[in-house]
Amino acid sequence: MPKPILTIKNLTKTYGKNVIFQNLDLTVNEGNTIVIIGPSGTGKSTLLRCINLLTRPNSGQIWLDDLEITAKGTDEDQVRQHIGMVFQNFLLFNHLTALGNVKLGLTKVKHMSEEAATQKAMHELSRVGLADRANHYPGQLSGGQQQRVGIARALAMDPRVMLFDEPTSALDPELIGEVLEVMRQLALEGMTMLVVTHEMGFAREVADRIVFMEKGYIVEEGSPDEMFNHPKFDRTREFLWKITELYGKKEKEAK
Amino acid sequence: MLTWLGYFKRFGMNFLRGAGVTLELTAMGLAIGFVLGLLLALARCYGPKWLRATAAAYIAVFRGTPLLVQLFIIYYGLPELGIAFSQTTAAYLALGLNSAAYQAEYLRGSINAIGDAQMQAGRSIGLSKWQTICHIILPQALRLALPSWSNEPISLLKTTAIVFLIAVQDLMAEGKRAATATFDFVGIYLAVAVVYLVMVFLLDALLKFLERKTKIPGMELETRR
Repeated sequence: MPKPILTIKNLTKTYGKNVIFQNLDLTVNEGNTIVIIGPSGTGKSTLLRCINLLTRPNSGQIWLDDLEITAKGTDEDQVRQHIGMVFQNFLLFNHLTALGNVKLGLTKVKHMSEEAATQKAMHELSRVGLADRANHYPGQLSGGQQQRVGIARALAMDPRVMLFDEPTSALDPELIGEVLEVMRQLALEGMTMLVVTHEMGFAREVADRIVFMEKGYIVEEGSPDEMFNHPKFDRTREFLWKITELYGKKEKEAK
Repeated sequence: MLTWLGYFKRFGMNFLRGAGVTLELTAMGLAIGFVLGLLLALARCYGPKWLRATAAAYIAVFRGTPLLVQLFIIYYGLPELGIAFSQTTAAYLALGLNSAAYQAEYLRGSINAIGDAQMQAGRSIGLSKWQTICHIILPQALRLALPSWSNEPISLLKTTAIVFLIAVQDLMAEGKRAATATFDFVGIYLAVAVVYLVMVFLLDALLKFLERKTKIPGMELETRR
């Protein structure tokens, strides 16, 4: 019996009259990698931001394990510790070194000792292959390296689930591979991940389930095989064909 | 020329004493202004509506009226309400309260430039709003503000000269006394100007040093985007 880590029920988010998504249901089981795909402006990023409470949904519920995090009086800071977030634009703390970026949450949120935090942070940096860049500032790192520090920063908090918001969209093609490789490794290690991306190669290889979202609705979801080879809806087929065409080229260039 | 140089010998100790007072006034005004200015900037950026409005009103009033008027209200006006200060305290207060309004605007600008994104990044790892402000927003915002903020200490140092009007014994007051003693107004005030110039020069060097010291490699590229 798979154990759900993240359960989303009836989630609705609107900005004024603008409905971002409505009555959305989604479950993420332990150790699974779910990839969300869909055209831009369909609420994929907003969904991730609702999950770690950076934005409040208008209605509906979200559970992290058995805790309803959308309930009134939830300690948001407490919840966010357990949900890792990787941003499209990295959003590293520019005044701190790579090590400082990863360490900050450990010393300030988890109240670990300086020494223990350094050790843990170095461990996370070596997981993403950047132990030798520990003392570099974000401005001295390439985009791909910055994003890997971003991943290490989130990992350091030992999250129950990792959210990736188009983690490679801001990267030059030749830098995408190193970030995807780290994510692939994480998935292999059994991390639970929810990934918004246009990288179809990654989706096909790594995802346990692919969710196709459009205009605020989940159009279709299924295993990579079902989605790529026998989609139920023409719209899914059309989108996948288009995006594979577009990004497949880029991916080949990268290799 | 020799007579002129002689002024430094004759009034040198007085000028030095006055310059010391001027530096004290600058330091106190700057310190009061920085603490209050930082609070005002934070209030304007992160406070509830009423606090934002209050901070904005404060800044509008203190930037919108002459410092001399503020000084006179504090020194001559407030005693009528039963709040009396010594000359020095009144000068510290007027300079600090006034400078706060300007410093708040420098800081607010750079806090806004650091932006909401860094706030979200901080919150995403479980930091509270205040922790994010202290550990992430301010360290970056203060660095970003430094080059333009550096105008404030220099401008303040020269502005302190008006406090001789409430008989604080600063460099300007010493100059006035020397001028009355010699009747050589041009020569004495030129000498006083030179002392101010030297102080500004040293202060500027100190600020440039501070800027170099706090620089983060590659950070200006990141924020210039």
